[in-house]
Formats: sequence, C-alpha cells, structure tokens
Amino acid sequence: MEPTRISLFWAGVRAELPILLGVAPFGMIYGVLALDAGIPPAAAQAMSAIIFAGSSQLITTQMVEMLIPGLLIVMTIAIVNLRHALYSASIAPYIRHLSPMWKCGLAYFLTDEAYAVTIVHYDQEERTAYDHWFFLGAGITLWTAWQLSTAAGIFLGTAVPESWSLDFALALTFIALLFPTLKDRPSLAAAAVAGICSVLFFSLPYRLGLVAAVLAGILAGVWLEGRK
Amino acid sequence: MNIWLIMLVGGAITFLTRLSFIAILGQREIPAWLQRSLRLVPPAVLTAILVPELIFHSGSLDLSLGNFRLIAGLLAALVAWRTRNTLLTILVGMAVLFLLQAIF
Repeated sequence: MEPTRISLFWAGVRAELPILLGVAPFGMIYGVLALDAGIPPAAAQAMSAIIFAGSSQLITTQMVEMLIPGLLIVMTIAIVNLRHALYSASIAPYIRHLSPMWKCGLAYFLTDEAYAVTIVHYDQEERTAYDHWFFLGAGITLWTAWQLSTAAGIFLGTAVPESWSLDFALALTFIALLFPTLKDRPSLAAAAVAGICSVLFFSLPYRLGLVAAVLAGILAGVWLEGRK
Repeated sequence: MNIWLIMLVGGAITFLTRLSFIAILGQREIPAWLQRSLRLVPPAVLTAILVPELIFHSGSLDLSLGNFRLIAGLLAALVAWRTRNTLLTILVGMAVLFLLQAIF
C-alpha cells in the first residue's frame, strides 16, 4: 500500500517518541536553570519556542546569569548553532521540490533530534511524494515535548535533584541515533575521526571544536570513499 | 540588552541558520561530491557531540573505571548496536549509571 500523508506523519511521530525519553529531562533541566539564572518564567518558556535549540538555550541562560553583554550572547548562539547549517545542507536535496512555506516550516523544526530520525528515514525507505510529512510529524512531536518539558522544569523548579543525572539521558539518545547512520566504511571513518577530533578540539571556545571535529570527520570519510 | 531582544535576535539567527542551505540549494542541481559528503554529516555530528559527553568529567579527560558515564555509555552502545532499540538503549544506560552511582 502506498503511504499517505497521514500514515507518514504518524510514522514520524512514532519514530520520534522514544527519543523524547532523552529530550524531556533536558527540557526540564533547561527550565530549572533558566529560573535559577533569574530569567522570568514567561521568558524562559518563550525561549523554548523562539530559539527552540537546547544547547543554545542552556548557554544563553548561563551567559545571562553571568551578566555577559547581549551582543556576545547572540554571537555565541550563532556559533553554537553552526551545525544546523550542516543539517540544512544535508536535508535540502530531499525537500527542494516543496513550497517556500513548507521549507520555512520544516527549517523551524530542524533540530538535532528531528533531523537525526528524519535523515535515517530518507536514507532507508523508498522515496514517496509525501516524505516531508514524516519530517513534520517528527518535528511537531519533538516541539511539543520540548515545550511541555520546559514548562515542567519551570513548574517543578529545584524539585529535580541534580544527583539523578537526568542530563545523561540525552547522551544516551545520541548513542541510539548514531548506530543506524553507521552504514559503511566511510561513515564509520567519519564517526571515528569526528569523535577523536572532538576530544582534541574540546578546549576551543564557543563549541567551535564541535564544528571543526565534524568537518574533519567528513573529510576523512570523503577521502576514504575516494580511495575505493 | 533586554532578555526578550536577545531571544528574538537569537531565534532569528537560529532559524536562518536552519533555513540557509534549504533555501540556497533549492535553486540549483546539487553536485554529486557534495551529496556524498553530506551523507557523512549524521555520523560525524552525533559522534562529535557524544564522545566529549562520555569521556570528559567536570572539564577534564577521564578514561578510568571511575567514570560511570563512560561505562554506562559503552554498555548502552552495545545495546544500541545489537538491538537498534532507542528505548532499550536509554533505559539500560540510565539503569547502569544509577546502579554504579548507588553501589560506589
């Protein structure tokens, strides 16, 4: 049976659901830390909708707490989010036929977690006319969970003890997302080199080490592919 | 700068970064070499985010058995590799971490 818009939307929702186990604690931690930093609850909640990027939001709350000038905060957000440009380039070929409205909508939903499940779907399944509905389903699911978990964090405040190590759940989510992307030797090489470089470049400011490590990994994978 | 202004500018930058290549590459044919390298973005990004989370412990490198996150992460990776089950991976990883923290 040919997949429909609705069936692909729900497939996206279902693919995203397990990821929420890692995302929800992260959203709660953000909510708690935002209040700790002195950000008003309404602004803390709005940030989850306006910026909608976990690591940028966490860094923003830290910098607000340290009374760092706004211009510097905004520049840091831009650098921390550079990896999203890579996601944008990677997903672009699959959605180039869509209307500007769809492209803008999906760009808003292009987070780490929605990107990871969507790109695996695009790579593994046969292309249909409505694959962007899968992306939309994954994106809306993550968005909803992010808003709700932010609200829970704001509401519960420090009732969430740090000793629960709930932030570790997000790292585990990335482990689960990683394995389906390791398909061949070039992707393995890209992962290995990016992993090693992420340690070597760890001390670079503004998380620039992350972007540098990713580029090194991609170069290694491309080089290996070229030798075949 | 007001917190709302920071959020609005930060949000606009985030959105435009995400839209960037979706908008640019929509206009033209994407060269094959670029398509091949973009295929490597997911494994590279996920590993680069993940590895420091596991092996840096309060800012310094920790490859010892006392680094519970590393041990829990490696076991979770084993589960992820064998089962491809996200839920199980997260549950096993958290369970191992809790257990190690409770015992030691």
